[in-house]
Amino acid sequence: MVSIDVWNAAVDFPIFDAKSRSLKKAVLGKTGGKIGTESKVPIIEALHDINLSFRHGDRIALVGHNGAGKSTLLRLLSGIYEPTRGSARIEGKVAPVFDLGVGMDPEISGYENIIIRGLFLGMNRRQMEKRMDDIAEFTELGDYLAMPLRTYSTGMRVRLALGVVTSIDPEILLLDEGIGAVDADFLDKAKERLHELVKRSGMLVFASHSDEFLVELCNTALWLDKGGIKEEGSLRDVLTHYKGKDPFKNLNPQTLARIGASDSAAPIGSNEDS
Amino acid sequence: MQATSTLDRPPAPPEASSRTWRKAFHDISAGARQRQLWAHLGWQDIKQRYRRSVIGPLWITISMGMTVTALGILYSQLFDQNLAEHLPYLAVGFIVWGFVSGCLNDGTEVFIQNEGLMKHLPAPLSVHILRLVWRQTLLFAHNLVIYFIVLAIFWMPITWTALMAIPALLLIMASGAWVALLFGIVSTRFRDIPPVVGSLMQLIFFMTPIVWNADILEEKGGNMSIAKLNPLFHYIEIIRDPLLGENLVMTNWIVVGCITLAGWALALFVLRNYRARVTYWI
Ligand SMILES: Nc1ncnc2c1ncn2[C@@H]1O[C@H](COP(=O)(O)OP(=O)(O)OP(=O)(O)O)[C@@H](O)[C@H]1O
Ligand SMILES: [Mg+2]
Repeated sequence: MVSIDVWNAAVDFPIFDAKSRSLKKAVLGKTGGKIGTESKVPIIEALHDINLSFRHGDRIALVGHNGAGKSTLLRLLSGIYEPTRGSARIEGKVAPVFDLGVGMDPEISGYENIIIRGLFLGMNRRQMEKRMDDIAEFTELGDYLAMPLRTYSTGMRVRLALGVVTSIDPEILLLDEGIGAVDADFLDKAKERLHELVKRSGMLVFASHSDEFLVELCNTALWLDKGGIKEEGSLRDVLTHYKGKDPFKNLNPQTLARIGASDSAAPIGSNEDS
Repeated sequence: MQATSTLDRPPAPPEASSRTWRKAFHDISAGARQRQLWAHLGWQDIKQRYRRSVIGPLWITISMGMTVTALGILYSQLFDQNLAEHLPYLAVGFIVWGFVSGCLNDGTEVFIQNEGLMKHLPAPLSVHILRLVWRQTLLFAHNLVIYFIVLAIFWMPITWTALMAIPALLLIMASGAWVALLFGIVSTRFRDIPPVVGSLMQLIFFMTPIVWNADILEEKGGNMSIAKLNPLFHYIEIIRDPLLGENLVMTNWIVVGCITLAGWALALFVLRNYRARVTYWI
């Protein structure tokens, strides 16, 4: 069963400057006794007291100001950072899309990049080759897939990255901003595919500053502030408190119907759509 | 979300430590299982260097060939050695040295250089180590062509002992892995280590019998412990002896075996304790 549980987790970054990184200091520091605060490495507390429990079907929006800890929380959930205090248990196959440039080689073809991304996400070459047609169709990149990645536009890279993660049947999808670069048509398509994925197999955690995307993709929300959880609840409530205005108000009725806005008024915790 | 959390949320486990042997070994086995990934990346690293060049990775072989020929001719005259003996000796030493120093030098930077990847795509630490060792092995294979060319030119017979080069290579690869793992983790924390290792390796190159023959030192009544106290001498000898058809020296194998075991023990200990810290340090 897919699940994410986090108990009292904290993420502290030690900030080393040249002094504290140097070996001399560490070796001599042991014998010389305390040198007051100077011997201490300053720490940035990026996350603290995080308690979470996500289950199958959850589509969670992460909101918060710059530096609130959204990207750090996504990395914690992907296993890149293990909590410095507390604990985290993530059950399920994780597929992160954080930075679209990283892990992609600009000199090799889109096709090769798809395979490498897939390998990183735990697939093997044959499995990725089988999915190639599906990815090509979804991303609409066509002949471009044979071109080196440096010839791609930003949106084309996003398409490629989304094509890979959605094709490998991940159970936990972690998305960080970035995907804003795609056009409206593709967003619709991506949205449908993401919803299907979440319904079939898992959950989605999406950090973004764009109401538009959040409203399209998520049903619940988590508001991070200064590394702590400020509020947790339905997307509409949290966004209203965070922005100070109801983002659903300005939406036209069709959009509301499409995203099943009535859903956000449903009791928290219900996973049914519409 | 909150409703479910109170219902089927399991109780908090006792503070799960990230410093366990189980997690350390899991890192290694999970990395080994992603064979296609690191093999692909390792090969990619080599191709990348010669992208858009016409003969590509063949340059590796050519540049090694030129170095070995030039140094072989020069030093055989300097030391009054027979070229037919000295050139193969120097060639094999140089090729093995390339592997050993490559693992050490690249090993210190293995995590620092992969910062981007490590912060964006979760993967076991060992994937990066295996990629490095694989890349060095491929470079070694390219350079080994020179050995066969030298064999052909000087009509040297290949004997059965040459087969012992295979276990020797495996031992060296195993050592390359622990070196990269240990130095990789420690250098991520202490950034002085890569330049220190870099300059030490230059010094050690001249102290190790590669361009000069250890036998000359002995003949001239020099102090043999200069060579024998150098662990890298033993690493080079275990593979140079079989490839040149000479008798194997037990001491070399024992020293290398012991260093490999001790090194792995140390590297595993460091992996256990600091595995989860590496992404915080880069
Ligand atoms: N590798 C790191 N080293 C030191 N501090 C870090 C590191 N990564 C993040 N931080 C700190 O952690 C805090 C949270 O950063 P994070 O990137 O998670 O914010 P965010 O919510 O994603 O912001 P944004 O909306 O700008 O993307 C920031 O104060 C940042 O300075
Ligand atoms: Mg961010």
